[in-house]
Amino acid sequence: MGLTLALLSLIVLIPLSAVGLKASEQSASEFLHAAFNERALTAYRLSFGAALIAAAINGVFGLLTAWALVRYQFPFKSLVNGIIDLPFALPTAVAGIALATLYAPNGWIGALLVPAGIKVAYTPLGVIVALTFIGLPFVVRTLEPVMRDLASDVEEAAASLGATRFDTIARVILPALAPAWLTGFALAFARAVGEYGSVIFIAGNMPYKSEIAPLLIIIELEQYDYAGAATIAVVMLSVSFLMLFVINAIQAWARRLAA
Amino acid sequence: MNRLRHPTEDPPWAKALILVIVGAFLASVLILPMVSVFFEALRKGLPAALEAIGTEDARAAIKLTLITAAISVPFNIVFGVCASWAIAKFEFPGKAFLITLIDLPFSVSPVVAGLIYVLVFGAQGWFGPWLIDHDIKIIFAVPGIVLATIFVTFPFVARELIPLMQEQGVDEEEAAVSMGASGLRTFWSVTAPNIRWGLLYGVLLCNARAMGEFGAVSVVSGHIRGLTNTMPLHVEILYNEYDFVGAFAVAALLCFLAVVTLVLKTVLEIAQPPSRPGRH
Repeated sequence: MGLTLALLSLIVLIPLSAVGLKASEQSASEFLHAAFNERALTAYRLSFGAALIAAAINGVFGLLTAWALVRYQFPFKSLVNGIIDLPFALPTAVAGIALATLYAPNGWIGALLVPAGIKVAYTPLGVIVALTFIGLPFVVRTLEPVMRDLASDVEEAAASLGATRFDTIARVILPALAPAWLTGFALAFARAVGEYGSVIFIAGNMPYKSEIAPLLIIIELEQYDYAGAATIAVVMLSVSFLMLFVINAIQAWARRLAA
Repeated sequence: MNRLRHPTEDPPWAKALILVIVGAFLASVLILPMVSVFFEALRKGLPAALEAIGTEDARAAIKLTLITAAISVPFNIVFGVCASWAIAKFEFPGKAFLITLIDLPFSVSPVVAGLIYVLVFGAQGWFGPWLIDHDIKIIFAVPGIVLATIFVTFPFVARELIPLMQEQGVDEEEAAVSMGASGLRTFWSVTAPNIRWGLLYGVLLCNARAMGEFGAVSVVSGHIRGLTNTMPLHVEILYNEYDFVGAFAVAALLCFLAVVTLVLKTVLEIAQPPSRPGRH
């Protein structure tokens, strides 16, 4: 018990507090300028916006993927099931260079999109692709167990009472999945907001355009602007805490719903 | 004869449509990227790829990655077992808050994780002057890399063990103690066998993250070739130098590691399903 608290404090809590202390060494106006200047604001917009879109994409396709894995039989199912966790196991830098190469204008997928005039790599679109990769397992793995436990008698009852398959899905199945779906969405979003490795290779990293917030921290560190780096970190940490709180609240709500 | 469809089954056209959509999505986001890593690595043939892995810098990077994992994974096991033991077997106020704190590194950006150690141990940091006086290097050196890796992998083992131990309760331990077993004996003979699968699962994920961490390590490493370059950082350097075969060859090695991790994970899941899937 004592050891747990000691290690937690030494490795996590005390170093984390350094960010707040460093940021508070500035005056209020310096802090506000470092936190909310034009360049920082565009970076937040990209980081949060792309993370939100990526989580939404995962919300849709992750739901379908989980549904297929739980309900259908198809060839190579266990292989597909295993590969869902690839983003947890594959180093982000590897994912980054692979996606950048694949979606570059001369890459396997990028070349197909050139005739349509769509550029993915080195644009904000590329950021969304990388964040979608990172977030997918969160949605699928959160939904799967809940889907599996979904009592089939309720579904059968709905069908026997004359509900169409569509009605059953919309009114019985989806509402039951909502808490898990929201949790998965929030987890994917929280992870995507702070993601760095897989994004920087495909993003293009143009200031005011395709620069994510974590990259801004690195740039300010390289310029020895420690207070500036700490300030952006404080903003990002605040969002992390907020997300942690939201996720806990969703899970508490889901437990109440289940009880 | 038309087979009657069970009412809870989707119509065949819907099934086919969903499978095609899911297949296309997974192919473009997961499968093709993985395939392309090996394809790009072998673009100039196997010898070129092997040569890239065999350079002195690459070998140093592989060694550093293994050292980092060899320190941070055992650390994680000790912390994870202690923390989950304390949380699952004892009652104390603020328990839920403690669990949230243990989870914290999951929601902190890796870059922030690196930054905090620069602020504490860097030349301008709290202990910077003292460390310089005593000629100890943490930032831009191996200790910093290990610390940052420990931070990002902090929750992995505890996360797996806490629900597992909570589920098992304290009955068996109480029985052992009441029959005269010492605390340590109770742990080794009663608790340890009960948690071994969960522990292995946590260690596996922890190891994958420890070997693959990029953002946090990138901030504290200083990118000194042959000295403070881990494998993922080496991939970045080669890629930025347009040595694509080299970058993808090292990346393929990491990718292979990821595949092994996934296979072992599947095996472990068959041995014992994870108590709370979806939270990593």
